[in-house]
Amino acid sequence: MASYSVLAVAAILFTLGLIGVLTRRNVIFILISVEVMLNAAGLAFVAAGARWGQPDGQVMFLFILAMAASEVSVGLALVMQVYHQHKTLDVTRLNVLKDDIDIQEIKVQ
Amino acid sequence: MHQTLSLIPALPLAGFLILSLLGRRLPNRLVALIGAGVISAAAIIAIWLGISFLQAPPDSGAYSVELWRWMSVANFNCSFSLHVDALSLVFVFVITFVGALIHIYSAGFMKHDRDYARFFASMNLFVCAMLLLVMADNLVLLYLGWEGVGLCSYLLIGFWYETTANVQAANKAFYITRVGDTAMAIGFFLLFRELGTLDIPAIQKLAPEHFTSGSPIITAIALLLLAGGMGKSAQVPLQTWLPDAMAGPSPVSALIHAATMVTAGVYLVARMHVLFQLSPLVMSITAVIGALTLFIAGCSAMVQTDIKRILAYSTISQVGYMFLALGVGAWSAGVFHFFTHAFFKALLFLAAGAVIESLHHEHGIFKMGGLKNKMPLVFYTFLAGAAALAALPLITAGFFSKDQVLWYALSANGGNPLLWIVALLGAFITAFYTTRLMLVVFWGTEKTHVGELPGRLMTLPLVILAILSICAGFIEWPHNMLHITLFSDLVQKVLPPVVEAEPVPSEALFQLIAVVATFSGVFVGYLLYRKNTSIIESWKQTPAMVWLRDFFYTGWKFDELYNILFVRPFVFITQLNKQDVIDKIYAGIVSLFQRLNGIFSVSQDGSVRTYVIGVLIGIIFILALQLIL
Repeated sequence: MASYSVLAVAAILFTLGLIGVLTRRNVIFILISVEVMLNAAGLAFVAAGARWGQPDGQVMFLFILAMAASEVSVGLALVMQVYHQHKTLDVTRLNVLKDDIDIQEIKVQ
Repeated sequence: MHQTLSLIPALPLAGFLILSLLGRRLPNRLVALIGAGVISAAAIIAIWLGISFLQAPPDSGAYSVELWRWMSVANFNCSFSLHVDALSLVFVFVITFVGALIHIYSAGFMKHDRDYARFFASMNLFVCAMLLLVMADNLVLLYLGWEGVGLCSYLLIGFWYETTANVQAANKAFYITRVGDTAMAIGFFLLFRELGTLDIPAIQKLAPEHFTSGSPIITAIALLLLAGGMGKSAQVPLQTWLPDAMAGPSPVSALIHAATMVTAGVYLVARMHVLFQLSPLVMSITAVIGALTLFIAGCSAMVQTDIKRILAYSTISQVGYMFLALGVGAWSAGVFHFFTHAFFKALLFLAAGAVIESLHHEHGIFKMGGLKNKMPLVFYTFLAGAAALAALPLITAGFFSKDQVLWYALSANGGNPLLWIVALLGAFITAFYTTRLMLVVFWGTEKTHVGELPGRLMTLPLVILAILSICAGFIEWPHNMLHITLFSDLVQKVLPPVVEAEPVPSEALFQLIAVVATFSGVFVGYLLYRKNTSIIESWKQTPAMVWLRDFFYTGWKFDELYNILFVRPFVFITQLNKQDVIDKIYAGIVSLFQRLNGIFSVSQDGSVRTYVIGVLIGIIFILALQLIL
């Protein structure tokens, strides 16, 4: 019964993270939301490990922790570069990779 | 000996190379000297070769030399080798000798042309190609020469390329001869498939053993080769290019479209006589085509008004005589008619060129007139040529050759009275239009002022050719008159003698009929165009006669027929295909993908949020699938 409530907390955390990713405009907050989601997944692993009395859940969480740390370091470096180039961290304005090729131009004559 | 043999085509080739590479920088005198010089040198070598051939014929009956191995693939070997036997010798002599005279004439005729060097370069290349054609040891080399002369013919018909009509005439000649050439190439392929060789001596040896007489395959081969000859020699139904080919300068008409190239078909048939003899059907077809051609072209020649077109139609008609002779099996008579025809027709074209040049490029005979006293030298030489063309008995070369053709059309094994009657009718027509031409151009009143008279460079070849037009026939007399048969003795080393049908009718009687036909042709011409011109005037009022004249004038409406049969359907198809039907499929594929690209690129809007939503939808989708399945 206890594991169900932990899983429910993990689901709530995950959903909150997801809402953060979807609604936040600032890149840094999006990254934080992603961390929240990762931790929600980690919590679910730990709960599952406790439920069956296996160490795998905690091992998985350690993996996720290490992965999250490296992801944040790369992510923040990218954020620094983005800020250097565009002077903004607003994702709605960071859409230079948009496909806006004029179809008429490449049409075969 | 072997070196000199290769010199004959090599000299014109050298002339061509020098003139085409350096021609623009050389002064005109030097260009003429090189252009005419190399051909004259080749002519001298050819004459020397001929003399030594006659004095001491080689054991094998031919001089031959292998210059180098051309190609060697699997069991196909082709060497670049020359082979000159009696038949080739006649052609080599005519090509180089008449060619040299025409080159000398051209030096004067073309002197005001700015493309002097280009003219001589093309002419030299032509002579080289033509020599290769007749000296070739194998059919591949012959084909090289064959296409070479076609190319030069194209280049020289369109020599004055700034006029659209000339270019069109050149194209027409090229296309129509290509029809024949393609047939001929297929014939060669078949021959190679059957015999495994294209060497002419080998073919002559193998063919009688390999093929049974009259079998379908030999008929097909002979027919295809004949088609090639018909294309080049302007025989019905591939004759329509020759009258238009007169767009080229007069020396070109004389050399290519009268004396040499148009008789390439005669050479081919004579050279491949072994194959033709194996197929009696094709022999008969050859004779019938010759007879048809000589009649159709003769009729057209009667009503033309352009001096060169008259001569063009007359050339078609005379080549028709040659085919007739070959078809009935009178090989040497056909080649003999080629021999004399080369002289008198070259003469007529050159003299016509002189007349046209002196009258400020006037071609219409009815705008000429009264030139008898104004241009006496041209008149007398033209008279000699015209007399030979009309075949006035005993005093002209044309008589001796045409008499033979006529006689064998009746008496040879393949001949029959119908062919003889057509040939006789042709003789009458020939005499008639020749007389008409002479009377209209040289008698009557002067209608166009005579400008500069031709210089000595131009008159000298005329005189030499005039002498030959009279005397060249004396080497071969009709059997019942004198026993002089130098020419047939020579070529019968290569070509089989005539087989006469039994019983042989009385030759003298038929000769007399032919002579009467000739004289009545002359007389009718004299009657209509000199004595009583009102008859012509009254004919002009009769619709039937006007229609007939129009029919003949347009060359029996062959051009119109081909327009309907080939040109219009082709134009129709090209117009249908203007939008490129096949390409539509590919264009459709391209536009389909462009449209898909338009739809999908909406999803790539650069916003992280959209991508996340996309990922989310994907996850939910997969999860949903997991739950459902």
